[in-house]
Amino acid sequence: MQWGWRFPSALQTIQTFCDGIANGQLLQATLSSLRRIIIAFVLSCAIGITLGVLFARSRLLDETFGFAVVALQTVPSIAWLPFAIIWFGLNDFAVLFITTIGATWTMTIASRSGIKNIPPIYLKSAQMFGTGRGIRLFYQVMIPAAIPQLITGMRMAWAFAWRALVSGELIARGVGLGQMLEEGRSIGDTSLMLCIVLVIAILGTISDYFVFKRVEDRIWNQYGLNTAKT
Amino acid sequence: MIRVEGVSKTFEQRGGAGYTALDDIAFEVGKGEFVSILGPSGCGKSTLLNLVAGLERADKGRVEVSGKKVNAPGPDRIVVFQDHALYPWLTVLENVAFGLKQKRIKKEERHERAMEQIRAVHLGKFADRYPHELSGGMKQRVAIARALVMDPEILLMDEPFAALDEQTRLLLHKELEQIWLNTGKTILFITHNIREAVTLSDRVLVMSTRPGRIKKEFRVQAARPREAGDSLLHHIESQIMNTLAAELAKVAKEEYGDDYNLEKSPLSHSAVSNLGDGI
Repeated sequence: MQWGWRFPSALQTIQTFCDGIANGQLLQATLSSLRRIIIAFVLSCAIGITLGVLFARSRLLDETFGFAVVALQTVPSIAWLPFAIIWFGLNDFAVLFITTIGATWTMTIASRSGIKNIPPIYLKSAQMFGTGRGIRLFYQVMIPAAIPQLITGMRMAWAFAWRALVSGELIARGVGLGQMLEEGRSIGDTSLMLCIVLVIAILGTISDYFVFKRVEDRIWNQYGLNTAKT
Repeated sequence: MIRVEGVSKTFEQRGGAGYTALDDIAFEVGKGEFVSILGPSGCGKSTLLNLVAGLERADKGRVEVSGKKVNAPGPDRIVVFQDHALYPWLTVLENVAFGLKQKRIKKEERHERAMEQIRAVHLGKFADRYPHELSGGMKQRVAIARALVMDPEILLMDEPFAALDEQTRLLLHKELEQIWLNTGKTILFITHNIREAVTLSDRVLVMSTRPGRIKKEFRVQAARPREAGDSLLHHIESQIMNTLAAELAKVAKEEYGDDYNLEKSPLSHSAVSNLGDGI
């Protein structure tokens, strides 16, 4: 049995990477994957924060559907793909759907606890200064007070979204990193496969380190949460 | 200015029996008066302040401010909380300007007015800092500036200096007295510190605990600005101490059990146990 081609060498992988960049395929795949994940991420943040706020503000909702969110979070988002295929077909839409679902529940839970943990004294004093109980209290006090937890939630949601995205793309048609990975498998090009895995890992690290961690650190410093422990 | 009539408040407790925090409280505070409410922990003095602020509702009775019934918090009665309640995501300047922003005052004007108050509490250099970069005393100054910038008729202070060290507290006492003398605000001040109450106020209302009632009222007619060595202050202080002694014993009994006894036996311990030994 020949094992050589099953384990690509570093050189081969680098070669494939350069080729992929040169002919634009890899770049195009990365860009369309990024486009999907960004759309899905924005959607899941919007849905997650809305749901989280509703759960935090309404005890009735929280005690009825709050439990369902925890249950949903334990379901791997790829488990929804069969439904997505039936509903939308094997296309971009299905991938977007499961990516969004993959990140939404984490975001919901993070924003719910973020809003619930706001010290009551912040809300009391806000009303004293005349914010009322409505929209101004919400965006001038509740959202900023919950920001540290929201950022942490987003960081987690981003990681969940990546997982869901790649698994969805493996199956769906179109252009993307997952599709390219599957392409590599079908033609037995393991160097391409490894190359894609590395691209995913690097993109994940870069986005986490340079975007989310930066923002999180900055916010935590501004809020004095790092010094609060001492 | 502030009129409290027959106010009672009961909290529900685990096990069902209600706990009477306030029982038939009545007092008045005149315009421009500095009144302290003094009492041991758990006597309901903070609850009383929250009622005046509109942050809580009374079960019975009536709370009026400037002839109007209080039913919600409002910018005419600003509370300075013990733990300052500044917003950590806003700078000192933005924190102080927060209330003005709610009045929809233009940015330039509200920053100007906020800056004026920040300078008045000697924090001009710290306007662009975040609250966590300040010391406890500075945070409390910001909280005072944030209250004053609203130009409220009444300032409600809920043990504002309780968490500060003694030196900072003495300094802030002086400054608060100055602010009060300059602005003529009505101040309702909650504290458990007898000296603090006596040094600052025109009148001290001493509360009893369980249920919370107003036990006695002391008038402090000492010269302003107050001097720490004023013998009148010391005299009133010891009177209050006597009034409170019974309350302290009650609190201790609640917390440590019925066998706790603050009063000493008139015979010294050694004399009782060695009866006749030395003869």
